[in-house]
Amino acid sequence: MVIERKWKKWFVFYIPMAVFIVFTLFPFYWMAVTAVRPDGELYRTWRQASATPFWTLQPTLEHFEGLLRTTAFPHWLWNTMLIAMVSTLISLICGMFAGYALARLKFRGSEFLGTAIFVTYLVPQTLLFIPLADIIRDLHLGNTPWALMLTYPTFLIPFCTWLLMGYFKTIPKELEECARIDGATRFGAMVRIIFPVSIPGILSAGIFAFTLSWNEFIYALIFMSSAELKTVPVGVVSELIRGDIFFWGQLMAGALLGSIPVALVYSFFVEYYVTGLTGSVKG
Amino acid sequence: MKDPVVAGAGVAASIAAPAERGRVSRLTRWLESEKLLATVLLVPGMAILLIFIAYPFVMALWYSLTSIRVGDPGEFVGIANFAKAWNDTVFQLAFKNTVFYTFWATVFKLALGMWLALLLNRSFRFKRIIRASMLLPFIIPTVLSAFAWRWMFDPTFSVMNWLLYHSGVITDRLPFLSDGDWALWCAVLVNTWRGMPFFAITLLAGLQTISPDLHEAAALDGANAWHRFWHVTWPLLLPVTLVVVVFSVIQTFSDFQLIYVLTGGGPANSTHLIATYAYQVGVASGLLGEGAALSLFMFPVLFGVVWFQLRFMKRMEGH
Repeated sequence: MVIERKWKKWFVFYIPMAVFIVFTLFPFYWMAVTAVRPDGELYRTWRQASATPFWTLQPTLEHFEGLLRTTAFPHWLWNTMLIAMVSTLISLICGMFAGYALARLKFRGSEFLGTAIFVTYLVPQTLLFIPLADIIRDLHLGNTPWALMLTYPTFLIPFCTWLLMGYFKTIPKELEECARIDGATRFGAMVRIIFPVSIPGILSAGIFAFTLSWNEFIYALIFMSSAELKTVPVGVVSELIRGDIFFWGQLMAGALLGSIPVALVYSFFVEYYVTGLTGSVKG
Repeated sequence: MKDPVVAGAGVAASIAAPAERGRVSRLTRWLESEKLLATVLLVPGMAILLIFIAYPFVMALWYSLTSIRVGDPGEFVGIANFAKAWNDTVFQLAFKNTVFYTFWATVFKLALGMWLALLLNRSFRFKRIIRASMLLPFIIPTVLSAFAWRWMFDPTFSVMNWLLYHSGVITDRLPFLSDGDWALWCAVLVNTWRGMPFFAITLLAGLQTISPDLHEAAALDGANAWHRFWHVTWPLLLPVTLVVVVFSVIQTFSDFQLIYVLTGGGPANSTHLIATYAYQVGVASGLLGEGAALSLFMFPVLFGVVWFQLRFMKRMEGH
């Protein structure tokens, strides 16, 4: 063991760790404080003597009320949830099938296809949004949830395929062969043997895909125009800034409420999320 | 060889629907061919990728060569859009900003992420919950957390100014987002804040594969902490580091949402990235051809990075 002295541990561990924790979490604290601060206190300049920026003595729910009453926030939340779930599901199914084919089946061009899928994973949304907006319009998908449910898989499928391909490769071939000897078809062995064994991998891919779709912004910004059809990030940007005026209380309340569902999902599946995260970069 | 019992059960089950049986067995027999099954399994995913990635990419190439705008198909103009962008001072600045933003954000993310990973690799109390909460910036939608940062940088109500003023560091407020240079550094800071956990957690996963014996052996040989990091940890972590850096470079280089919320490209177009400027030209002004050309300027850089990544992966497989 490498032994450290007590005082040294403060310098090399406790203090840096505390700084990291404050740096990481302060913006969330700030979001929460702002969301419950009454307007009268919110707009006090930083030089005023009476400013107490780090807490408030009159916490209020007025911003949450205003947010839920005057905007379509509940719709945004529901849309985001629905779109994230459907696009995750589509991507998982496509990713499981494609991942299995690439990991287990021998066919011409499998290596090329694997590389091609990996490369599309690295094509950012910002490269394609202009023509894609026209394609969406031509397919009559503009301003419907399907515009996002079908385009989000473009960055989720490559990731799911890649992650699951790696996972399937770690499952011993014998498992499948036993099932085949027992008379299972190839397809049956895949669905009844390989997929159930791979549930941890599938969960990782699913959780990671879910948070990615919750975070997506540019497609949602361009493809959705009606206020009730927007997702949380887009709704907050476009409806809570009127002209040049930022409704900071409501903005922060919206940011907080919009973050909670995805943070909850994350907290239940941290370990799977971490596997998805680290798996996403393994070639 | 088929197990007779199982085969018998199959027959018994299929007696109920003799008409269906023929179709199903033909389908299953057909799917026994690896080639056909692979095709069937790959079609749904490939269809989505072809329609929504490959096709728009070809269209982007075509758009960039025409004068198309909203409601006007335009005509072929050759490389005029690219030439115009090349001579556009706002675009030149946006390109410079993108390189600057990518470079510094990646440097900070790597340095701080590595440091955080080394800290998290030790054993301490509440380790699980601290590690989990460290990832929050990466989970929460960028747009929402960028708003919190924008509010913290607010010129009049900034908590940062309050803190620095009351701790005696400054006597007048700092122009966080109202000055181009400051604003770009602020964007680097926020991007670092958001991306650092990704680096930390991935590098941590790499660290956990390094055997502690190596460190002990080095320590016995008299290596101090820095030497142990530089000569043991860093070389062993290099493959993971390279992959993480490549991913981060791609994400940062093509970033849109952070700048869109934090500065909107302002003040006076001084903080545009390629993506936000392409959005302003292509969507806000409706000049689709020019916007497509602008965003295609990202392609050579991204292509280079991906090519590097693929070559690197091939080399790793060879070992």
